[in-house]
Amino acid sequence: MQALLVVAVAPLLVGLMRQIRARLEGRAGAGVAQPWRDLRKLLRKERIAPRGTSEVFRAAPLVLVATTLVVAVVAPFVTTASAIDPVADLFAVVALLALGTVALALAGLDTGTAFGGMGASREMTIIALVEPTMLVAIVALSVRAGSTNLATIVSSTLHDPARLVSPASLLAAAALVVVIVAETGRLPVDNPSTHLELSMVHEAMVLEYAGPDLALIELASAMRLTVFLGLLANLFLPWGIATTATPLALLLGVLALLVKIALLGAVLAAGEVFLAKLRLFRVPELLAGSFVLALLAVAASFFLA
Amino acid sequence: MLGLWRKIRRTGRVAEAAPPRPDGERPEAARRLGGSVQVRHVDAGSCNGCEVEIGSAFGPVYDAERYGARLVASPRHADALLVTGPVTRNMAEPLRRTFEAVPQPRLVVAVGDCARNCGVFAGAYGVVGPVSEVVRVDVEVAGCPPRPEAIVEALRKLTGR
Repeated sequence: MQALLVVAVAPLLVGLMRQIRARLEGRAGAGVAQPWRDLRKLLRKERIAPRGTSEVFRAAPLVLVATTLVVAVVAPFVTTASAIDPVADLFAVVALLALGTVALALAGLDTGTAFGGMGASREMTIIALVEPTMLVAIVALSVRAGSTNLATIVSSTLHDPARLVSPASLLAAAALVVVIVAETGRLPVDNPSTHLELSMVHEAMVLEYAGPDLALIELASAMRLTVFLGLLANLFLPWGIATTATPLALLLGVLALLVKIALLGAVLAAGEVFLAKLRLFRVPELLAGSFVLALLAVAASFFLA
Repeated sequence: MLGLWRKIRRTGRVAEAAPPRPDGERPEAARRLGGSVQVRHVDAGSCNGCEVEIGSAFGPVYDAERYGARLVASPRHADALLVTGPVTRNMAEPLRRTFEAVPQPRLVVAVGDCARNCGVFAGAYGVVGPVSEVVRVDVEVAGCPPRPEAIVEALRKLTGR
C-alpha cells in the first residue's frame, strides 16, 4: 500500500515542483498532473533500443524501478509497524538505492555514446562521495537509537523529540540535505531541465531511452526523489507517522507524509530558483563538506550524548 | 538573494493570458499523444532568426510549456521535431536520421518560410530543398521569422490544449 502511494504521488511531486518553479519565474506552468500525462503518452509509444545495446540496457529501467519499489515498501513512511520490518535496515536501504544508480550508469555505458559514458562516469564520481555521507549521517542518528533499523530510529525519535535539536541531529540533517540534493540530481549539482549535453549528469545516461523504458526511468527518478524526501522528513520530523496499524492512525500517517513531502518539495523547488549549477569540479568540494558535517555528527553523538 | 526575491515579488506573473484554443484539423498522430508533446528542435541550416523566436515561444511571456509542450535534449525522448531553415546538403542526412530516431507516433513541424519553401535561400547551391522533400511534414508555420504566437499555435495543435 505504501508503495502504491509512493508511485501515485511521485509524478505529482515532480509536477508540483515544476509548477512552483514556473510561478516563481513568472510563467503559468503546465499543471501539477503534467508528469502523469507524459508517462501515459510514453507508455503508449514505440519501444526503440539502439543498435549494439545488450541486455544491460534493457534490464536497467526494471532494476531501477524494482529497487526503488522495495525501498518504498519497507521504509517507514506511513507507519513504523511494517510487516517486513527487518529489511528496513539503514545499510540495506542505502545499498538498494545505490544498486539502482549503478544499473543506470551501466546502461549509460552500454549505449556506447560519448554522452552516455560521460554521464555514467560523473554519476559514479558523485555517488562515491554521496553514499558514505548518507551512511555516516544516518549512523549518527542510529547511535542513540541503538539500532540501524530505520523504523526503530524513527520511533525512538518520536519518544524523545528533544533529540532533534541536539548538535548530532542538526549536523546529520544538514549533511543529508546536501546529499539528497546531489543524489536526486537537483540544482546546484545537476540541472534536471538542462538541454546542454555537456553539463548533464543524470540526463546524459538516459539520452538513448525511448517510449516505455523512458517512462519507467522517469517514474523511478520521481519515486527516488519522493523516497529520499520521505526519509528525510521522517528521520527528522517524525510526527504524524502511524505507530499502530489501525485505519485511523494509517490515514493520519498518509496525510502527514503527503504534507511533509509537499512542503519539502516546495522548499527544494523554491531554493532551486535562487541557485545556479555548480561547476563539476566544485561538486566534490560541496560533497566533501557534507561528509565532514556527517562525521562531526557521529562524533557529536558519541561525545556530547 | 534578497534582491532576487524582491524582483520576483515585483514582477509577478509575466505570462500573457492564454489565447483561445486554435481550431483547424489536428494531425491524426497528435491525438494519440494525449496532451503531452516533447519537442526536439533541429536546425537544418537556418539563419537563427527562427531559433530566437522558438526561444521566446518557450520563454516566460508566451510560455508554450503550459500547453504540455516541452523541449527535450534527445530525439529518443521526443514526439515532434521542430525543423527550421532550408535543408542544406550537410544536414539532409542528419535530419533523416534524427527523424528515424524518434519513436512512433512522430510528427514534424516545419517552422519558418525557409523550412516551407526555402524562402530567400531558394536555388542556392548548398540547399537540397524544403523540409518536406526530406521528411514528411505534418504542420507548417509561416513567417520570416514566424511570430512566437504562430509557433505556440502550431504546438497547441499538437497538444490539443
